[in-house]
Amino acid sequence: MLEERPAPRRSPARRSAVTTGQNRAGWLLSLPFIVIFLTFTALPIVISLVIGFTDMRSSDLRNPLAVSFVGLSHFTDLFANPQFLRSLLNTGIYVVVGVPITLAVGFLLAVALNTGIPRFRTFFRAAFYVPVVTNIVAVATIWQYAFNARGPVNSALAWFGIDGPNWLGDPAFALAVIIALGVWLNFGTAMVLYLAGLQSVPEDVYEAAALDGAGRWRILFSITWPLLRPTTLLVSVLLTIFFLQVFEVPYVLTDGGPLDSTITLGLFTFNQFGFGDLGKAAASSYVMVLIVAVLGIVQFRLLRSKS
Amino acid sequence: MTRSRATAGWRTRVSTGVLYAILVGSLVVVLAPFLWVFAGAFRSTGEILANPGAWFPVNPTLDNFVTLVVDGNFLGYGVNSVVVATIIVVGNVIFASMVGYALAKLHFSGRRVVFGAILASMMIPFTAIFVPQFVVVARLGLIDTLAGIALPMLVLPLQVFIMRQYAESIPDELFEAARLDGAGEFRMFRVIFLPLAGPAIATQALLAFLASWNGFLWPLIVAQTTDRYTLPVALSAMSQGTETVDYGILLAGAIVVLLPVLILFLALQKYFIRGIATVGMK
Repeated sequence: MLEERPAPRRSPARRSAVTTGQNRAGWLLSLPFIVIFLTFTALPIVISLVIGFTDMRSSDLRNPLAVSFVGLSHFTDLFANPQFLRSLLNTGIYVVVGVPITLAVGFLLAVALNTGIPRFRTFFRAAFYVPVVTNIVAVATIWQYAFNARGPVNSALAWFGIDGPNWLGDPAFALAVIIALGVWLNFGTAMVLYLAGLQSVPEDVYEAAALDGAGRWRILFSITWPLLRPTTLLVSVLLTIFFLQVFEVPYVLTDGGPLDSTITLGLFTFNQFGFGDLGKAAASSYVMVLIVAVLGIVQFRLLRSKS
Repeated sequence: MTRSRATAGWRTRVSTGVLYAILVGSLVVVLAPFLWVFAGAFRSTGEILANPGAWFPVNPTLDNFVTLVVDGNFLGYGVNSVVVATIIVVGNVIFASMVGYALAKLHFSGRRVVFGAILASMMIPFTAIFVPQFVVVARLGLIDTLAGIALPMLVLPLQVFIMRQYAESIPDELFEAARLDGAGEFRMFRVIFLPLAGPAIATQALLAFLASWNGFLWPLIVAQTTDRYTLPVALSAMSQGTETVDYGILLAGAIVVLLPVLILFLALQKYFIRGIATVGMK
């Protein structure tokens, strides 16, 4: 056994000089972030809670102290408002359907690119990543054109003799198109993160499994998938945040319609803001803060307990 | 023995072939929207009205783009987008490098709190705080200014995170040696860290540009007059107001908004992907 070597000693004076230097430098280097964070994130979260309990309107911005407190009435109003409840439901559907599909597509593509093909890996990875960097408003504009009743999607379906629906005008299909666009926008992120995860799985794990006679699909679902659990949790946290706050997609494609079938929490909040009702908008956005906080805590617990 | 190996090789080759076919097929579906753009943006309004579902322009024309610039003031909106993006990119390159370095290499008392704040602000959906953020910016007198659009994004938490990950990968010994030689903390940041941080700064600048260029909700509410519109806001305003939508002009606008990012991505894709992959390597 090796004897533990004593750590090189520094004189106490010198040591404290180093730490005060680092302390001062650390704070100074962090200062711009701290100021921006306090002003535009921390302060708004506190203000949000206050505004949510007041009758503040856009016209009160010049004189915010003139507003009066209305207690919990915004919150009780919200939960009695069918449009708000509908936006909660739609956001829930959007997350529950959109996140798993995005995860699955990203995972399968990553596995295919990582192990299945000998060439053009980099090309496919880059090409599948293109949707992630595109501008959501521009893409939503394109989808709005493509999915209109007489647009290219229906003209393609007509080749197969299918009479396509009026996608965005029909409550049954509009939410599906919006979910599809959410998947399109995000599966590239999932794919890249899974690819990074796959690189960290040691090769000999696969070799051992293959020697034991495990087939390709068996290896995929009994070894690769469980080993990538930390990646899966990380990706689902990122995707949940995206799908929860989705705003641009329904705003441009359908503006929440038809018949509120695609309205989301983000869009509902934006609309209250647009009506000048800052109190109600803040209350509605606080509901989202709480949902995200709860989901965040749950997901972080899961992340911690597994790693 | 030889035969079974030959069979296995044959089977692998077929399944690889099938996989390539599936990948190419998926790619066509995934990239279809870019095909749809050509279906509208390069066709005259008359041609679109006659046959809205066509996949390719019969008589390609640039009229829609001309209309955008002449009647649509798209040059002005483009300038706004560029100004906002420049402020945000410069801010992030400077400030996020500073915090990222401090978090990775300096043992200062508030380190955990600052890092916690960064993680927290990555978790908070923007949709949840834009209302009070608007109140703050209004109190600062910055509504309807480009500064008001850029300011909240001056230090993006993701950029700090990427910078910190990168700084951690640089060996401590480099800094310890310099410290023993009597170099000050700021000097080490400038002389040792920054020159080594080139690749991380490139990634960071690209992602900050992307966030700025693609930002929508915040510019939408801060820009109250058309003079302050950024490109995405102008594009969405075109599709909202009018009774009958002129898809040709709308899709031409979509191309103008998409193109800069697509060109940057094609040229520098490995930096974009590296940035996202960094988030995976906690």
